[in-house]
Amino acid sequence: MSIKLKTVDLKKRMQQALQGGGEKAIEKQVAMGKMTARERIVSLLDPNSFHEYDLFVEHAAKDFDMDKKFLPGDGVITGTGTISGFPVCIYAQDFTVAGGSLGLMHARKITKIMDHALKLKVPIIGINDSGGARIQEGVNSLAGYGEIFYRNTQASGVIPQISVILGPCAGGAVYSPALTDFVFVVDKISKMFITGPEVIKSVLGEEISMEDLGGAKVHSEISGNAHFFSESENECFQQIKKLFTYIPWNNSKKADPFPKKSPNLKLYDIEKIIPTDPRQPYDVRNIIKAVSDDSEFFEIQENFAANIVIGFGRINGQTVGFVANQPLVLAGVLDVDSSDKAARFIRFCDSFNIPLVTFVDLPGYLPGIDQEHSGVIRHGAKVLYSYSEATVPKTTVILRKAYGGGYIAMCSRHLRADFVFAWPTAEIAVMGPEGAANIIFRHAIANSDNPEETRKRKISEYRKKFANPYVAAAHGYIDAVIEPSETRKFVIHALEISSQKSERGPKKKHGIPPF
Amino acid sequence: MAKNEENNNPGNSAQYITFNIEGDRYDTFANRKFLLRKPYKPAAPDQIKAFMPGVVQKIYVNKGDKVKEGSKVLVLEAMKMKNIMFAPAAGYIKNVNVKKGQMVPKNHVLIELELIS
Repeated sequence: MSIKLKTVDLKKRMQQALQGGGEKAIEKQVAMGKMTARERIVSLLDPNSFHEYDLFVEHAAKDFDMDKKFLPGDGVITGTGTISGFPVCIYAQDFTVAGGSLGLMHARKITKIMDHALKLKVPIIGINDSGGARIQEGVNSLAGYGEIFYRNTQASGVIPQISVILGPCAGGAVYSPALTDFVFVVDKISKMFITGPEVIKSVLGEEISMEDLGGAKVHSEISGNAHFFSESENECFQQIKKLFTYIPWNNSKKADPFPKKSPNLKLYDIEKIIPTDPRQPYDVRNIIKAVSDDSEFFEIQENFAANIVIGFGRINGQTVGFVANQPLVLAGVLDVDSSDKAARFIRFCDSFNIPLVTFVDLPGYLPGIDQEHSGVIRHGAKVLYSYSEATVPKTTVILRKAYGGGYIAMCSRHLRADFVFAWPTAEIAVMGPEGAANIIFRHAIANSDNPEETRKRKISEYRKKFANPYVAAAHGYIDAVIEPSETRKFVIHALEISSQKSERGPKKKHGIPPF
Repeated sequence: MAKNEENNNPGNSAQYITFNIEGDRYDTFANRKFLLRKPYKPAAPDQIKAFMPGVVQKIYVNKGDKVKEGSKVLVLEAMKMKNIMFAPAAGYIKNVNVKKGQMVPKNHVLIELELIS
């Protein structure tokens, strides 16, 4: 056979494999408002950058007449490409082929591209759209999942791992996304759960729709499993592209710098954002925008545990991870969910050489029976652990309240912040003035002729004496009391000064964070 | 204690509330998850509850029976296991709230006891 004929033969084979599950299955996929797996990859990656591998992989199942079935690519597409010039490994499950079900060879394709990613030190993106384990392949399917989870864990903290949920992702399949760094979901398309509505109904007699059980909104608001929510697949891909501008390829690199830009001070006048009454809330994201380049802030988990705000921005062109208490929601307290959310983000930034900038304004940990019973002690400890463990440059700015355990937890000097600044409005104290005065002057108040007036006077005395940054400054716990308008200047300088920071804790296999 | 001083209507996605933390008060929004949190109920030793959702397979006792601590009272089939449930303390069966074959949600009160003190 001539080269020409062989090439014709190759093209024929390719065409057969590229058709996926065939016209009917593709029609069904489109009718559900979804793109096909190949369309998704092409939309996400730079034009013409996608190179597909393992197109001719065939499934290995013999039982249940599976040997008579041809499954193009075994239901998953794998390859490499670039996003804004940034190299990535990628796989996308193809729901049109046997429901994207995961069998042995399907899993091998995924683990092969994951191995590539880890070896080549580039990020891995997984697009999940699968009915789950391929039941006909039995324990081989389970083995496949296990191999993926193992690699997710090995790659964790070495290369960024991104999961995109664009269809069902149920049972064991959910644990690969759960092990990755960022999970993207799309409204009405993404569904994630361990056991679906039908099983729940048959076992438990409880009825719930798929959407209410594990839809995109649930995971971005209630469970916190998802990091980014969008209305459409295209919007989702834009979010992924944006994320890649902020993070490095791997843990031995820093994120690429961008041209320096000033914040939009007309829109975000830092002097005017915080109300003078410490009881009044404000949106702390405006403080971040008043400090970050071009007033840009790329928020993560916007709707989950909104009492803490996390996300990326740039300062003088360099990526930083912002962590800030949000007085607008639940007074900005730390609780089970917000601790989890912040701690994981801090560890991501630390793994990938992204400096941390923390803005503090919180009354402490959230009181409540449900909080205590759901383990606010061990969850709250995660914040202490991750800040203490982090060796990237750490800069803290105390805006208003920093009371009690909350003061310690929010990257205080004691957890080895490199720089701690406080605004003149800061109140660094063991607790709020009213609570503290009520305890310290309990007897004086009870024994006085006019308890109410004494209480008020004592509160006011306490406030004057302790509700300020100067007591902490007198002990050197904060480095400088700064004017709000100087914040960016001080943060820029702190980042410049600590740019060569290299710190190693004691040698150990790994710590034991309070998971 | 954090308390909600306004009438709260769980289901609204966010609500403006006044938060009281250790004597200091803050105006802020409560998110949906906070508003939907379940109120605490103290444990009641005179109630035998379904520890997980399941189907009542067998009932060993009737109303009025006297039971010892550790007596078998019923079998709850849940997660493919036939779980035998025992009386937590000695007493009389005050009420049997379920029938054989009945499917029950978690924490459903299966049997009420009148404890012998």
